[in-house]
Amino acid sequence: MSPSPMIEVRDVSKSFGGVQANRAISLNVPAGKITGLIGPNGSGKTTLFNSIVGYHPIDGGSIRFEGREISALRVPQIARLGLLRTFQQTRIYSKMDCVRNMLISVPHRNAGFTDMFKGYSAEQKDKAERLLEFVGLYQKRHLVSGDLSFGQQKLLEFAMALMNEPKVLLLDEPTAGINPTLINGLIDRLKRANEEFGITLLVIEHNMRVIMNLAEHIYCLAHGEMLAEGDPDEIQNDQRVIDAYLGAH
Amino acid sequence: MTSEHTLSGSKPLPAGSRRATRFAHNADTTPWYVYAALLAFAIGAPFVIPAYTTQVAFLWLMILFALTWDIVGGQMGYNSLGNIFFFGAGMYISAVVQVGLFTDVGTYTSARGGEQLVLDHGDYFYGLVLGMGAAAIGCVIFALILGRIVFGLRGPYFAIGTLGIALSARELTGTWEWIGGGSGIAMPVYPGLPHEKSVVFYVILFALAALTFLCVRWLYSTRFGLAINAIRDDEEKAEAMGIHTLRHKLVAWSVSGFFLGMSGAVFGNMTGFVEPLEVAFPTVTFGIFMVVMALLGGKGTLWGPVIGATLFHVIKEVTWTYLLGWQWVALGLLIVVNVVFFQEGIMGWLQRKWPERFGITVDEGMSAGAAGREAAR
Repeated sequence: MSPSPMIEVRDVSKSFGGVQANRAISLNVPAGKITGLIGPNGSGKTTLFNSIVGYHPIDGGSIRFEGREISALRVPQIARLGLLRTFQQTRIYSKMDCVRNMLISVPHRNAGFTDMFKGYSAEQKDKAERLLEFVGLYQKRHLVSGDLSFGQQKLLEFAMALMNEPKVLLLDEPTAGINPTLINGLIDRLKRANEEFGITLLVIEHNMRVIMNLAEHIYCLAHGEMLAEGDPDEIQNDQRVIDAYLGAH
Repeated sequence: MTSEHTLSGSKPLPAGSRRATRFAHNADTTPWYVYAALLAFAIGAPFVIPAYTTQVAFLWLMILFALTWDIVGGQMGYNSLGNIFFFGAGMYISAVVQVGLFTDVGTYTSARGGEQLVLDHGDYFYGLVLGMGAAAIGCVIFALILGRIVFGLRGPYFAIGTLGIALSARELTGTWEWIGGGSGIAMPVYPGLPHEKSVVFYVILFALAALTFLCVRWLYSTRFGLAINAIRDDEEKAEAMGIHTLRHKLVAWSVSGFFLGMSGAVFGNMTGFVEPLEVAFPTVTFGIFMVVMALLGGKGTLWGPVIGATLFHVIKEVTWTYLLGWQWVALGLLIVVNVVFFQEGIMGWLQRKWPERFGITVDEGMSAGAAGREAAR
């Protein structure tokens, strides 16, 4: 593991009323790597994601991004630092066409007040189209994005995230609802995003084949607690993980 | 790591011989003759149909109303019912400035109109220009302050919150004796003949409406336009992508306030008398007309508010002339039909009927219904 993790989560707890969704969770996301996060339904994966990106305040613990404490920051501020998430329920701007969805996703990291009255450069438009090409949506670039199929919307959301040039991308179930024949292509694109663009990935995934193929290091949550961690082989052979998934308890 | 992203393996794009350095994502494709015809009508109307000068001046005001409402309501998806607040606030700000330049406001209003402010041309227009400027700036400040409060609200709560602003402004001005309270405040008398006055205000209102149109046309062609559309489509997503949502919302409302404030200043001078209920904060007439006109023409489009305002104004004037006594019933019916059966509005309908004319691409193989079915599987 690299000496300074990109994201460092320490003892993070979060409860909703009487439900303890996360209890003293700690994990590291090393720079430049693909890290996986698995666990049965309701084990607190998405809650942890939401805590990291600032969607809700945490009850205790610390979350550091590139060494900086971010647990008190709000969603847009964290996004502008370069920590971006995609949604389990895909979210795109459904009344705009694909190219416009891409253009509005340019990084807002250093956006000053007057930047909002600028247009877009030809390079930005080219980049938008190259990324649409990258996810296989170039032919559909002028379609209103709400008319795309669910799988295509997911690909568009992924391309929008790449357009934002994040340092870390948190993907919430990237293959859920996608046609199985397209999954291999998606795994390939996620790996290329990691290798070619140098984007660190933290991936929630239910599809075991996908996550074992993708991640170098995997954390497993169950009942809001960290159950196990290790490389894919260790996780696959960990009796606690198998029990958690099969319901032995 | 930021801009050095390489995308090896992707196909080279079809290369235009020489690529422009800017990309216009929302270029206005309106044919030039539409603008020419509008300009010809605007210039010709006071000469050709002089009896209708004031009616056409009102048309420009209605277009300004619909355009400014549509920035926040249509393009950004925040349905405001309180934009009339800026109209009234601008009117009162200009009244205080125009009166205060030449006499003491408290003494003047306590005379209850017993005192007339008669000025020469120079003083009158000096006050008018200053009043309009103060109205515009004052309304921008109001938008920035009140926006911080109401833009935390969503959907119907935002609508009711903004309506509350307009209604409470109406009540507050009605009890504020320094500016005349419920009995209002008389504006300086126009130093000229009635016909000259109507032409002067016609020109000012047309210029204001044209300026508003050009301003929103430019705004929609910038990143700002895309950002407020993104807020309309999914504000949570926009936040998660790092867009400065509050900043955009405040600017959008400030632009509305800027032009509405100035239009209020002009309207107060046209009427010659400012009072809270019927003139400054007519919530159920002008305040609702703004919304209806934008919906009728097609909200969230550049031309929709212009078309909607024109059609609405014509229908309103015709029913006032030929259906007197039933005019409110006719207008109410129009609103009901619009909202129940024709939500997309005229521009929305045209864009659906002939999408290619508006630069919208439709995938023949995948209708929206088919996409929905696939998503539901």
